Amino acid sequence: MIKKIIIVLLLSVPALGLAAGNNLKLDSVDIDLSDKASLQRGARTFINYCLSCHSAGYMRYNRMGKDLGISDELVSGNLLFAADKIGDLMKAVMPAEDAKKAFGTVPPDLTLVTRSRGPEWFYTYMRSFYRDESSASGWNNVVFPDVAMPHVLYSWQGEQRAIFKEHEGRRVFDRFEVGSSGSMSEEVYTDTMRDLTNFMVYLGEPAKLVRYRIGTYVIIFLLIFLFVAYLLKKEFWKDVH
Amino acid sequence: MQKLLEQSLDWVDARYPVKKVWDEHLAKYYAPKNFNFLYYFGSLALVILVIQIVSGIFLTMHYKPDANMAFASVEYIMRDVEWGWLIRYMHSTGASFFFIVVYMHMYRGLIYGSYRGPRELLWIVGMVIFVTLMAEAFMGYLLPWGNMSYWGAQVIISLFGAIPFIGDWLAEFIRGDFVIADATLNRFFALHVAALPLVLVGLVFAHLVALHKVGSNNPDGIEIKQNKGPDGIPVDGIPFHPYYTVKDIMATVFFLILFAAVMFFVPELGGWFLEHDNFMPANVLQTPPEIVPLWYFTPYYSILRATTTDMIYVLYGVTVAMAILTVISVKDIRAKGATVVVAAVVLVALNILQPKLWGVILMGSSLMVFFGLPWLDRSPVKSIRYRGWMFKTALTIFIVSFFVLGFLGTQPATGLNTRIAMVGTVLYFLFFLLMPWYTTFDKTKPLPERVTE
Repeated sequence: MIKKIIIVLLLSVPALGLAAGNNLKLDSVDIDLSDKASLQRGARTFINYCLSCHSAGYMRYNRMGKDLGISDELVSGNLLFAADKIGDLMKAVMPAEDAKKAFGTVPPDLTLVTRSRGPEWFYTYMRSFYRDESSASGWNNVVFPDVAMPHVLYSWQGEQRAIFKEHEGRRVFDRFEVGSSGSMSEEVYTDTMRDLTNFMVYLGEPAKLVRYRIGTYVIIFLLIFLFVAYLLKKEFWKDVH
Repeated sequence: MQKLLEQSLDWVDARYPVKKVWDEHLAKYYAPKNFNFLYYFGSLALVILVIQIVSGIFLTMHYKPDANMAFASVEYIMRDVEWGWLIRYMHSTGASFFFIVVYMHMYRGLIYGSYRGPRELLWIVGMVIFVTLMAEAFMGYLLPWGNMSYWGAQVIISLFGAIPFIGDWLAEFIRGDFVIADATLNRFFALHVAALPLVLVGLVFAHLVALHKVGSNNPDGIEIKQNKGPDGIPVDGIPFHPYYTVKDIMATVFFLILFAAVMFFVPELGGWFLEHDNFMPANVLQTPPEIVPLWYFTPYYSILRATTTDMIYVLYGVTVAMAILTVISVKDIRAKGATVVVAAVVLVALNILQPKLWGVILMGSSLMVFFGLPWLDRSPVKSIRYRGWMFKTALTIFIVSFFVLGFLGTQPATGLNTRIAMVGTVLYFLFFLLMPWYTTFDKTKPLPERVTE
């Protein structure tokens, strides 16, 4: 019996850890893939900052340029830091071994992050870094506790501190307190992260730009077909009693 | 032109029975005229089979069955292959729709007694198709090489390890390695794209041959062949072509609208058709927080997980109760003896074999019991329309249990969830085990002479 209880307790430890992470309310984010300007701003942030360490290794530069209305010349001239050819996949600037030495882990590929974790997760994560002297990087994140990644964009957002409170014997996140302000106001930083999240949703599934429109045409065609098929059926079935 | 066509047809017909096949299976195949919407799902299953084969062929042109390349090749299809995203979503949406359609098809058979004589073989072939389809879906799910693909396969194949003596060897034999690895991916690919589709197509052919031999059942569960006109044609029958061909075309278009709505607008269906964790590549070191199969496997997965040590005690009870009931009910002394022996063997086995193995046995049995339906059902009528309250109640409990088990299969197996799953499992099996009794005692309504509207 005691053995059983211990097993149950041991098994529930990771579940509790997850629960602590999952109980955090994720902020909803307004995704609008028809907003080309927003996608372009997001792409700029992603390529200038994220792509230094993270890859988007399933995506090609020229495909992104084509979808986002950025000419090949502009992509080559301004965004092609880590690759030689416009048709290359978007690989991280930093080699994986160097990243492993610096952070203790290889930064994950981000192509599909909004499909696996959701846009809300990504949007909240990017705004939830806080100062934590006890961690190796000096940063921590309430959405992803003890994450190896430092707050890369802290010069934009500034520093914030996380205030925790006791709740049913556990330490839970309460709110952020502003430490020092960055080069962006809170509003501008939030908008920038919204653009970045918007871009990440596009990056996760470029087909999203077209599939709603095509789907609408297909369904309209099928509805007309259904009407004709119904008339055909009605005509034949007139003589069945 | 007309003449040339006729001559060509005659030429072929002299060498191949075109007209005979056309007549026997379409133009002079007489189907009951009172089919309702549940009778569309047979044709729809055929439509989906074609969709899956065609979309699958195009996926195979671009997919790489290699542990280092598989995940990236799926993303390559999603991005760089012309219309690749559409082909991929067609196949992934098709998988879930295949099961929706087949479950509806089976439900139709269940409520109208389509498994009853003379359609026992038709039902059995159908059940073999269903089991093959499950294997096909399971193997296909490994191919994208996402993290859920990987861990799902790991969990299910490790179940074979629960079989005494040969278990570990068998699991290793299936995987081709000590863990799910490149060898597993390669053989699953071969089975998924070549072996099982061939088996499926062959079985579907056999299913249709069996159907056209005995003729279709109908919502009234009476045989239209017993009431023939002077011309030898069933008075309640109408030729499949053109009546049901035009009706099925209408249903197919309607079905395609629903299909397109999911495929174009919500291909993930909130994680029900494409799981979020499967957008991360397979990672040997990182188990997903919850290993959950896709929705169509969850009822059986629930039964597997509900079989804990506590469940063994429940199984003792069920075995003893069923044995007593059987001994009281059968007249033949040898049958009484056989029952006692079987029950004793089961009780001993319950003591010896580990609960994990019983989970596997119950999961397997939850499919196998369907094969027994034609002989478990003792009612004088086939259709639910003429059955009494007992069958209707039993069926309702069964359907509810099936959905509850299905839902629990997607949830963490915590204390209360496991308890409910145990109850659901017992009710699921009692629907079959008690069927000889409640169908015997159930009051039935008189059957009509002719099919009703």
